[in-house]
Amino acid sequence: MIDVAIALGRVAFVVMFVVNVSGLLGWVERKQSAIMQDRIGANRASIFGLRAMGLFHPIADALKMLSKEDFRPARADRLLFSLAPFVSVFFGIVAFASIPFGPVVELDGKQIPLQAVTLNVGILYVFAMLSLGVYGVMMAGWSSANNFALLGAQRGAALMISAEIAIGASIMGVIMVYGSLNMMDIAVRQGELLLGWIPRWGIITQPLGFILFLTAGIASTKRIPFDMPEGESEIIGYHVEYSGMKFGMFLMADLLETIVIAGLTTALFLGGWQVPYLTAEGFRFPWGAALGLPYGLVVLMQVGAFVIKVSVMIFVLMLIRWTLPRFRYDQAMRLGWLGLFPLSVLNIVLTGIVVLLLGGAR
Amino acid sequence: MSPIAFALVAAIAIASAIGLLVKKNPIHGALFLVVNLGCVAVFYLGLGAEFLAVAQVIVYAGAIMVLFVFAIMVLIPGKEETGPDPRVRWRVAALPFGALLFAQLIMILGARRGAPTAAPAAPVPGGVEAIGRLLFTDYLLPFELTSVLLLAAMVGVLLLARRRA
Repeated sequence: MIDVAIALGRVAFVVMFVVNVSGLLGWVERKQSAIMQDRIGANRASIFGLRAMGLFHPIADALKMLSKEDFRPARADRLLFSLAPFVSVFFGIVAFASIPFGPVVELDGKQIPLQAVTLNVGILYVFAMLSLGVYGVMMAGWSSANNFALLGAQRGAALMISAEIAIGASIMGVIMVYGSLNMMDIAVRQGELLLGWIPRWGIITQPLGFILFLTAGIASTKRIPFDMPEGESEIIGYHVEYSGMKFGMFLMADLLETIVIAGLTTALFLGGWQVPYLTAEGFRFPWGAALGLPYGLVVLMQVGAFVIKVSVMIFVLMLIRWTLPRFRYDQAMRLGWLGLFPLSVLNIVLTGIVVLLLGGAR
Repeated sequence: MSPIAFALVAAIAIASAIGLLVKKNPIHGALFLVVNLGCVAVFYLGLGAEFLAVAQVIVYAGAIMVLFVFAIMVLIPGKEETGPDPRVRWRVAALPFGALLFAQLIMILGARRGAPTAAPAAPVPGGVEAIGRLLFTDYLLPFELTSVLLLAAMVGVLLLARRRA
């Protein structure tokens, strides 16, 4: 009974975290862009005169979208047209399942890994779920019975495929360095220290892999500067025929993918839930000082560190989104196939040589 | 894997396979095939072969079928492809072969039932390390030959595409 409750709790934490943050991101995006562009931003929604910096806008948006007419084109494929937004959102939510948000907690002799699903091939699982998200886009474009939507879906599918190949190739280096496909193992091994004082995070052992992964990750979220599948202002995208909450779900899917990419970057390159020099007993600094902390507090700090790192990554991704102009379609394709992919292969070869020279091969 | 979960997934797998056969629309057929491949991945997961399950999803559902659907979307079939089948007679020839396969399946199942159920072989670890070790020792030659075959196919396609242009 307790086991079931623990399992439910682990899953619930991840689902709640991902879904709620994606709802909040609509507000973050507006407010952040407003600050960057010296505007006031969304601040009109109010409940009894209470505005709370526009925090009620996501609720207002959701209510608006839910109460809009749910329009379906006459010649649309009924089932696929309705299914497509759900497919997009579903794979966005489940992709987060094997990303660890905290350490393996020992409670009454029980080992509780703080991640929704413990998989030995967790990193491949996330990758698989990300690559299935493309079906939502293709189904939406095709079932709309609109040539512009179809073209948008084809642009989107081509972009996502090229981005995902680069993602897959760029995380190989991380797998080689930490010698595991289990994301918990990778996070644990990032807690080791290089030369006695540098945390062995992925960004330090795999700097090239980090840049490649982040670029490919942004491309796979289909957001600016890679938003040629939708191109809100001038090109017509794959969700042109959608209205109401179904349209909102496509926006939500993009935000969910942003969260997944931020979570994956944190777990693979930024040490996951690790706080530098924090062990299960408390802080142990390289210069000899030590600070004992209760176990519960350590776990809380580590989960907090994960949430903070993911939030910072999301902030950085949004910063990029509001800074860069859009790539042209052929530029994005060239970047994916002639830039990211060959460099990822080079990264794999270099990592292999270094791992061999350092005697890390097992 | 609990019997209920197995029955549920098996039902979905069979239903999607029938859907693939029955549906005239190529996109629907391809999507049914994706569902079917996903069910097979769940079976692998139920047998403890995590790597195989995820590889199944990445390679078949995530890569090959995406390309299939993409190709179908680009070459949207017109009336002639979705109309009455021009090769009905060839399909009839498939019937005896299908019956033969079915008879074989029943014979195998029957032989299984008659034989004393041997103790299941020691579970082979389905982990990445075990598969990787097998691929690079016992199955090195087939593995490399497959990759050469795929490379040859890729070069061939590039050659054909270039000549057309």
